[in-house]
Amino acid sequence: MANSSDIVLEIDGLSVDIRTAGGTLHAVRDISFSVKRGETLCLVGESGCGKSMTSLAIMDLLPKAATKSARRLAFAGEDLSRAGKSRINALRGNRMSMIFQEPMTALNPAYTIGNQLVEAYCLHKKASEAEARERAVFLLGKVGIANAAERLGQYPHQLSGGLRQRVMIAMALMCGPELLIADEPTTALDVTIQAQILRLLADLQQELGIAMVLITHDLGIVARIADRVAVMYAGQIVEEGPTTSLFNAPRHPYTQGLIECIPVPGRTEPGGRLGVIPGVVPSLVGEVRGCSFRDRCTKAQQACLDAPPVRETADGHRWRCILENAA
Amino acid sequence: MIGYILKRLGLALLVALAVSAIAFFLLRMSGDVAIAIAGEGARQEDIELVRRTYGLDRPLVVQYVEWLWNTLRGDFGTSIYFKTDVATLVFAKLPTTLLLGVLSLGFALLVSIPLGVLAAVYANSWIDRLALAIAVVGQALPNFFFALILVMLFSITLRWLPVSGSKTWANFIMPTIALGYYVAPAFMRLIRAGMIEVLSADYIRTARAKGLPTRKVIFKHALRNAVVPVVALTAVQLGFLLGGSVVIETIFALDGLGYLAYQSITFKDFPVMQVIVLMLSVLYVLLTLAADIANAWLDPRIRVA
Repeated sequence: MANSSDIVLEIDGLSVDIRTAGGTLHAVRDISFSVKRGETLCLVGESGCGKSMTSLAIMDLLPKAATKSARRLAFAGEDLSRAGKSRINALRGNRMSMIFQEPMTALNPAYTIGNQLVEAYCLHKKASEAEARERAVFLLGKVGIANAAERLGQYPHQLSGGLRQRVMIAMALMCGPELLIADEPTTALDVTIQAQILRLLADLQQELGIAMVLITHDLGIVARIADRVAVMYAGQIVEEGPTTSLFNAPRHPYTQGLIECIPVPGRTEPGGRLGVIPGVVPSLVGEVRGCSFRDRCTKAQQACLDAPPVRETADGHRWRCILENAA
Repeated sequence: MIGYILKRLGLALLVALAVSAIAFFLLRMSGDVAIAIAGEGARQEDIELVRRTYGLDRPLVVQYVEWLWNTLRGDFGTSIYFKTDVATLVFAKLPTTLLLGVLSLGFALLVSIPLGVLAAVYANSWIDRLALAIAVVGQALPNFFFALILVMLFSITLRWLPVSGSKTWANFIMPTIALGYYVAPAFMRLIRAGMIEVLSADYIRTARAKGLPTRKVIFKHALRNAVVPVVALTAVQLGFLLGGSVVIETIFALDGLGYLAYQSITFKDFPVMQVIVLMLSVLYVLLTLAADIANAWLDPRIRVA
């Protein structure tokens, strides 16, 4: 059984508000989760549910219009919710790092990838340029880039999208982070490349014992590489649990709907209809009351106008619904 | 990279040639060289004599080709007013104008880069508004008027700086400020706009995610990308500086090419005018070329084009 010192990331009551012309948008509402060393937590949900805002809040990279609040946002036992800018900078890119969605634009076009790879290592590890380059070559090899030493002198525009994302992964691993946040790292890539990159991420995470938060809207990915899954809907985590338990016995109507949307070879009949969740995500501007899924839920009742209780089973499977089991 | 430079160089030479031709024909249309040589109030026979002697009765194209041939061989002709060799005259004045141009450009960049970066980093704050106010005043105020304000303040009221002349470095201070402030607003606005765009780019977020200090994010990752269009603008602005130097050098009696241009226009000194126009256009074309090369160095994506 893992003890508390194995918990790399611990989030309690995180909220992110964004000021908009129409009022305050509650992008993330009071979410809590934790990730242990060597564990992969997948954060899933449809576009606009607050997944990316959650990851940016952890890295303190929120856009200017957004503000975060949390009872506790702890990295390796240290509460960062009130940490100063220099403390955050000392951890970012060093002990916690992030891979972004868009490999085509996430690299600076004006500098060689070698320059961009060594930057964080020289800064955080007080290493010389030569040591950092050596490390960069090693990691580029590890992420499957041939002729790594020559690649260092190339500019981002000379690399394909898949190569750039490999460079981004190598860059995130430069300082040997304890926490890796990957925000839809394969969304912008070809399907064939997607699988390679994910396999690579999963292997590296296993090998290096990193705690990983993988954000995605692709449940197929989740089923393959997640240890635990947290399903987000309208800024809240509506269900969270071990991957097998969540996929085999989803408790929340939204999770059930999501899973019915995935075609399963052999089980989904050819020409048959896939599941559809009717309706749209409610507006998160202003106060949100009761269960945010009730307008789209087939099992909604009068009681759903009030905030639903959080239920939990013995194996750490939690969900937010008035029903014990919606199935 | 070498091929790129050669291609640009060839293009630059063609542009300089075209400018010299246009300038030659325009100048000849603006007045009669024979009258200018013979002097005001000269008799018609004398003018005709001058015209024949100097070959001014031949077709303009023939005269242009002859002038071009002489110029290319280094024979710039003789000044009508100063009665000296044009080459000696022009090359004696060139360093002053080049110095003024470089100084004012330096001054403009020194003011506009920090101001543009600050305005972008603190967009819509009072710093941004102050920078905007400085830029608007600089763009709205005619440079000769600003020059006169400087003279009133620093020469007449405070008596810190000499009004005119070009003997000491102190003579260059006010012309530099007047001319630099004239071109600074365009730089400032471009840097501000570029920085605002670049600061919201994904790679800036990547740089911040590495834990780099804000200073490094702004000056290494953002400014380098925001400065690419500025380099191209520098060449255009240098053109403005060369043009503006005619006015400013005249006001401060700074003995440079601009002042000489003003004098040669006043005295209808065609050979001098012609060479100054050629000189300024060649300078301008070479600067544009330098800007292109600098751009290719700054933005690796341009190099292949």
